[in-house]
Amino acid sequence: MSRLSPENEAIAHDIIARYPRKKSALIPLLHLAQEQDGYVADDAMEHLAELVEITPAEVMGTCSFYEMFVTHPVGKYKIDICTNLSCQLLGAEDLLHHAEEKLGIRPGGTTSDGLFTLEDVECIAACTEAPCLQVNYRYEYRLDNGDFDTLIDDLASGKRPEIPDHGTLAKVRQTITPDRLGGVSAPEVTGTPAWFASRQPAPEEVS
Amino acid sequence: MSTPSSSGRPINGRHTNDYVAHVPGYVDNVGPKIVTSRFTYEDSHTLERSLSTGGYDGLKKALTQTPAAVAAEVKDAVLLGRGGAGFPAGIKWGFMPPVWPRYLVVNGDESEPGTYKDRLLMERDPHQLIEGCMIACYALGLNQCFLYVRGEMAQAQENIALALNEAYAAGFVGKNVLGTDVSIDVVLHWGAGAYIVGEETALIESLEGNRGMPRLKPPFFPAAKGLYMKPTIVNNVETLANLPWLMMNGAEEYKKIGSEKSPGTRMLAISGHVKRPGVYEVEQGVPTFRDLFYDDNFCGGITDDHELKAFVPGGGSAPWFFGDQLDIKIEASDVGPAGSMLGSGAIMVMDETTDAVKAALRLVRFYARESCGKCTPCREGTSWEEKVLQRIDDGLGRPEDIDLLLDIGRNISPGTYPVASFGNEGLEAVPFPPKQTTICPLGPSSVAPITSAVRRFRDEFEAKIVSTSSTDEFRPGGETSRPDHEVPA
Repeated sequence: MSRLSPENEAIAHDIIARYPRKKSALIPLLHLAQEQDGYVADDAMEHLAELVEITPAEVMGTCSFYEMFVTHPVGKYKIDICTNLSCQLLGAEDLLHHAEEKLGIRPGGTTSDGLFTLEDVECIAACTEAPCLQVNYRYEYRLDNGDFDTLIDDLASGKRPEIPDHGTLAKVRQTITPDRLGGVSAPEVTGTPAWFASRQPAPEEVS
Repeated sequence: MSTPSSSGRPINGRHTNDYVAHVPGYVDNVGPKIVTSRFTYEDSHTLERSLSTGGYDGLKKALTQTPAAVAAEVKDAVLLGRGGAGFPAGIKWGFMPPVWPRYLVVNGDESEPGTYKDRLLMERDPHQLIEGCMIACYALGLNQCFLYVRGEMAQAQENIALALNEAYAAGFVGKNVLGTDVSIDVVLHWGAGAYIVGEETALIESLEGNRGMPRLKPPFFPAAKGLYMKPTIVNNVETLANLPWLMMNGAEEYKKIGSEKSPGTRMLAISGHVKRPGVYEVEQGVPTFRDLFYDDNFCGGITDDHELKAFVPGGGSAPWFFGDQLDIKIEASDVGPAGSMLGSGAIMVMDETTDAVKAALRLVRFYARESCGKCTPCREGTSWEEKVLQRIDDGLGRPEDIDLLLDIGRNISPGTYPVASFGNEGLEAVPFPPKQTTICPLGPSSVAPITSAVRRFRDEFEAKIVSTSSTDEFRPGGETSRPDHEVPA
């Protein structure tokens, strides 16, 4: 849809400044674009390419490798149900079937009202709380079918305001004020840091 | 002490009342605690709680010593890497040539099936991790550390960002750490959903903004040619979280916990069919798997007092263990020769009701989905394995399919695949690790569930193969996963 807004472009410059090479900032910047539009738009990829000084094709190459980036609009809430072994052993497949029936969509599909996208995902690191799922990367643990229905109804009626729309990950960003920044360690700048050299024991005499 | 869970209701017939309520999944068992000691505080992630419980004291102490002395302490402690390979961190650090700049990359891309210790460490005690990073950076003499957190872990990213902002403001990180001339930056970086990025060279590729595909070793050993082709140490989150305690108490005290070969504790995530699944911090080399599953200090038995069928001792990539292996101790040096690995500390327990074919299929499907596509044996082999297993599970398998599966496996991992011993049939264990025809161990990992399940439960595979010849009706793979299930249009 769109390039980064001026506010987001300022954030992007902040992020880029922390890395020795601009391209290293690409994945955080793709998340920024996804946070802005809910998906990574073509124009946004072109904008990122300008910001980190690579080609749009290279941005697309990185973007398409990672599962979390979507290049088309998805639902406001992305429901990721884990079906890996620990969850499977405790009924995740039944939960997924129930979710398909409740929402009337298959994994990968989006409901016609644009509210929900369903995904069948790999281990999301909450294995002892199986079966579990994430809504826009926020956890829900040990769900039975009734819990799932309640969750969907609550999301649809706006009772879960703490869950942001799809695209937003952490609600807090790292900020480094210029007076606290130690400095970027560029690969071109060789030489031991002065503080390290001064703390090395004197080299032993070789006899 | 543990506080009762807020709901307290039994879910899926399991206890819920022994958990630390604000840390879903963590069980405060009896035993020494090194990395989870703050978990019982609800505000364990704040700087205030960290400082009131000895936070950053390890860093202060380290700064009074020479970097070489700090590195020597870590080497003396035999701090084994907690990410999977179990290589001693102190020795890994020693592989760095005297070349600058050099980097530390923290591997928080925890995605191994069954594993979630690092997520808890990052969410519940980010300051401990940041302090660990600072101690490592100081010992290695480097200026910049990248803390790579898995993309899906929004809460961990948020808590680390908060903690870093606090730590920068308080002078523990950044320019002139604690008023000294030392300047070290810790940069929070996050991924976007790719299991393979947990492999250290793929992690570096990803941190350079590329597709996360592993590099060939040699020549690209990260300690020599890592990030931007400069010396780079990649350490796991739990490994670094041990450093503050280690600095405060010293290597001698550290070695008093755990066993001689594997000092210290390990965080183990025990999931599946047990009464009290959870993340436990246990002494390495002390309890056996039997203790973990049946002792009341740990899981307290198999769900509904069923019989144990099999268990995965170290994440989805580990060959399975069975009843014969219950008395092996939680120690890498014991588990390896027995035919598997402790890996990332993820133990998944399957009881007698488990369908071995479905379990193997699910794990293989994971590797097929997560293969990065760089090496042909893995890219083609894992999805082929998945299709063959899927058709067996759908009742459309062919009699030759079992041997076909094993044959595909041999093309990814030549030779005899590591497997546990089977006393009843007089079969010996084949020690870990497997050989590989691929750059990284992802492809060979897909062979583990197949060889484990086929060797022990071949009859279950055969029972599902109902057709008698390969010319019978065959439905190609793909849309066959849930043939009995109708979804409304």
